[in-house]
Amino acid sequence: MAEKIAQDGANSSVQKDQSMEIQKRMLAAHAEKLWKAKEEGKKVVYTFVPGNLTELILASGALPVYPEINALQSGMRNLSADYIQEAERIGHSEDVCTYVKCDVGMMLKGNVGPTGVKLPEPDLLLLSYTGCFVFMKWFENLKQHYNCPCVMLHVPYQADGVVTDAMKQYVVDQIRDDVIPALEKVTGKKIDMDELRRRMQLSRQAEDDLVWTLQSAKRKPSPIDAYFVGVYYIGPLFSAFRGTEDAVEYYRALRAEVEDRIKSNLGPMTPEGVLAKERYRLVVEGPPNWTSFRDFWKIFYDEGAVVVASSYTKVGGLYDRGFRHDPEHPLESLAEYCMGCYTNLNIPSRIDLLEHYIREYNADGFIVNSIKSCNSFSAGQLLMMRELEQRTGVPGGFIESDLVDPRYYSQANIKNRLESYFQMLAQRRAAGSAVLHGVS
Amino acid sequence: MSKTMERPSSQAAEAAHKEIIDSCQRIYYDVRLEAIAAWKKEDPAARKAVAYLPVYAPREIFVGSGVRPVATFGGGDQVNVIRGDSFYQSYICHLPRSVVELGLSSWKDTLEGLVAPAICDVIRNVSGVWKVLFPDKLTYFLDLPQNFQSKCGGKFYLSQLQELAEHLSKMSGRKPDADAYREAIVSYNRNRRAVRALAKMRVENPHWVPAWEYYLLVRAGDQMDADTHTDLIEKYIDLAGELNRPEQDNARIMVVGGFCEQPPLNLIRTIERSGCYLVDDDFTLGYRFLEQDADENIDPFQSLVDVYLKHSTYSSVKYEGDTPKSKRLVETALAKRADGVLLMSPSFCDPSLLDRPHFQKALEDAGIPYSTLQYAENLGQFAPIREQTGTFAEAIKLWGEG
Ligand code: SF4
Ligand code: SF4
Repeated sequence: MAEKIAQDGANSSVQKDQSMEIQKRMLAAHAEKLWKAKEEGKKVVYTFVPGNLTELILASGALPVYPEINALQSGMRNLSADYIQEAERIGHSEDVCTYVKCDVGMMLKGNVGPTGVKLPEPDLLLLSYTGCFVFMKWFENLKQHYNCPCVMLHVPYQADGVVTDAMKQYVVDQIRDDVIPALEKVTGKKIDMDELRRRMQLSRQAEDDLVWTLQSAKRKPSPIDAYFVGVYYIGPLFSAFRGTEDAVEYYRALRAEVEDRIKSNLGPMTPEGVLAKERYRLVVEGPPNWTSFRDFWKIFYDEGAVVVASSYTKVGGLYDRGFRHDPEHPLESLAEYCMGCYTNLNIPSRIDLLEHYIREYNADGFIVNSIKSCNSFSAGQLLMMRELEQRTGVPGGFIESDLVDPRYYSQANIKNRLESYFQMLAQRRAAGSAVLHGVS
Repeated sequence: MSKTMERPSSQAAEAAHKEIIDSCQRIYYDVRLEAIAAWKKEDPAARKAVAYLPVYAPREIFVGSGVRPVATFGGGDQVNVIRGDSFYQSYICHLPRSVVELGLSSWKDTLEGLVAPAICDVIRNVSGVWKVLFPDKLTYFLDLPQNFQSKCGGKFYLSQLQELAEHLSKMSGRKPDADAYREAIVSYNRNRRAVRALAKMRVENPHWVPAWEYYLLVRAGDQMDADTHTDLIEKYIDLAGELNRPEQDNARIMVVGGFCEQPPLNLIRTIERSGCYLVDDDFTLGYRFLEQDADENIDPFQSLVDVYLKHSTYSSVKYEGDTPKSKRLVETALAKRADGVLLMSPSFCDPSLLDRPHFQKALEDAGIPYSTLQYAENLGQFAPIREQTGTFAEAIKLWGEG
């Protein structure tokens, strides 16, 4: 039976509230802006998280909406099952990406966002096509419903693990010749390049603090969980707030909070308080399940398992590998950013990255959460797992779930698998220390 | 019920026709590429073969660079997938499994490389899997542009073609020579014209060109050089009208959605036998992806870029731009005088399945009957599909008469 190891930490829970409060305030303010957008004549741009051009959208004076985020929040609020059903009713297959179906279903049911507020219809669909082909199909579907223009930004894939000059030029050409004119046409004003630079400078500051926070997990014990809590940490920077003062403030506060946790030698926060004892350090590949997020997380923290690094927290940018938005070269830098997101890396680069995490973060194991309806992540994960085990000697665990379709999440199954996995890690550790103490 | 006068075919025509189909069938069943292996054995130092995955790859670049292009659509229902299954979860389409299975067995000694055109996340990731499994072979991800302006997507695509040509020329040891690429364009233009003529024939006289024969004929190009393939198709076209093939009271069906993983041949026959004439399908779309000739008189690389940007067909794997694919679908169905459309997708195929709802809507709006079905390349049970397509064909005929 899982040991109860979480404890309350009054001090840290206050700190948790502080950073969360800032984020909550930011989200509420953005929701309000969206709510009033039409009334105030603001233009609304729908776009995707990986490879997003948020600084550019904000510099144009428009407001961004991210359908993936609406989908994941719908999943967390138990709304997704109905939306998915609605999409399947109009002919969507059971076999395709559930984010798309959740979003389409939400739209068909009146486009009331997960917070209960009706979302404004898009004035522009900005199809930044990074790391997943489904994005193209997604907006081709939305185009049928919304009578608005759509601009495509095709981001080449890092098939050889490098960004060539031709790739970069291609993206820059599209941003300059297609995306900027489309934004200007919709908003009716020219984009101020100095404003874009200013925003990119703000992005850099926030990016530095996010990286510091994520890398704090190299410590033992780790002060953060880089997956279950990490998804909250990446929120502002991966979405509507990159390039804003708010994001800078949020990440500064977050960093201070984590610094305090380190001083107090505290482990990560869980929904049941601070994790008292770090038993296993894990790396996780793949997105989490959102419909049973808390239950899923509980399986980990009940066992004292802390995720010290994850690939999912890199879908909106690999800042920890050195990338920063560069105000001196705004378009080139946006192009590099788009091409550097995690799912735009080929399988060998993804293996290299995870290997690096396993070693750098001193992981005891790694888990692959294979998402049934996401080929972008999932196709190739079994080979990745085998390679990682061979290269590092660290054992991998494999579970399957879905992002927002509750039909494909089985708590009992996943719990069983993970518990056996943790047992195996414990046995290995015991055997290892027995060998170390000469009693094998 | 026969609509046309029966007239006996000449024995010579029957025999020639049988010979053609038999030879195509041999190629179709040679998923292990034994014929390519034998061809290479005759001159191992000089002969190189590189496979490409669906849907479209510019074969002219292969040939001009001195490499034999081999089209592969996976293993169909002929490969017992064992190792391939350990690479892919159950909720991923079947094609990458058989590709890996074959890659790890017979192909690894026959092929010098694999080209993976950018059509979906699975194929994209297959290119990475291939790189890990075969680090010494060529793996080229052909990032076909989704931007169709010459100075943008065109410029990028040109760089892709040049890069691919460099890799292939290095492999073959042939010095890049514009004339060689131009000659290849001439051959493939002729080949595409022949395939288009065959496709047109089945629109006009579907009883002359059964779908499975059309399919086998086109698929013969998977392993043949362009001119031999073209000659074969032209010979078939010459013979087709001479055979005694009375017209049946079948429904004229267009099939859409099977552009990558292929249905088993027997599934195509099953659909046809259930009372359908397939007046169009996109199973072998790559052979007709370019709807016009590439210019034979300009720089060959630029010519291939231009024709791709301006004259490639609409498809689920291409961004539709300002012209919805669903509109193109309806236009095509009307142009081919299809009585109905079968939206037929491989299971778990994102590009195909995500187009389905708006295809359905457009067909409904246009009053064109449709039916949907899913398959896998290794499907073994055809009875439910025969039942479904038979009922669909009957219903169409009833509506049509009403
Ligand atoms: S397939 Fe995966 S990466 Fe693509 S949109 Fe869906 S969830 Fe996102
Ligand atoms: S069948 Fe569909 S999902 Fe599978 S590889 Fe082909 S296009 Fe991709």
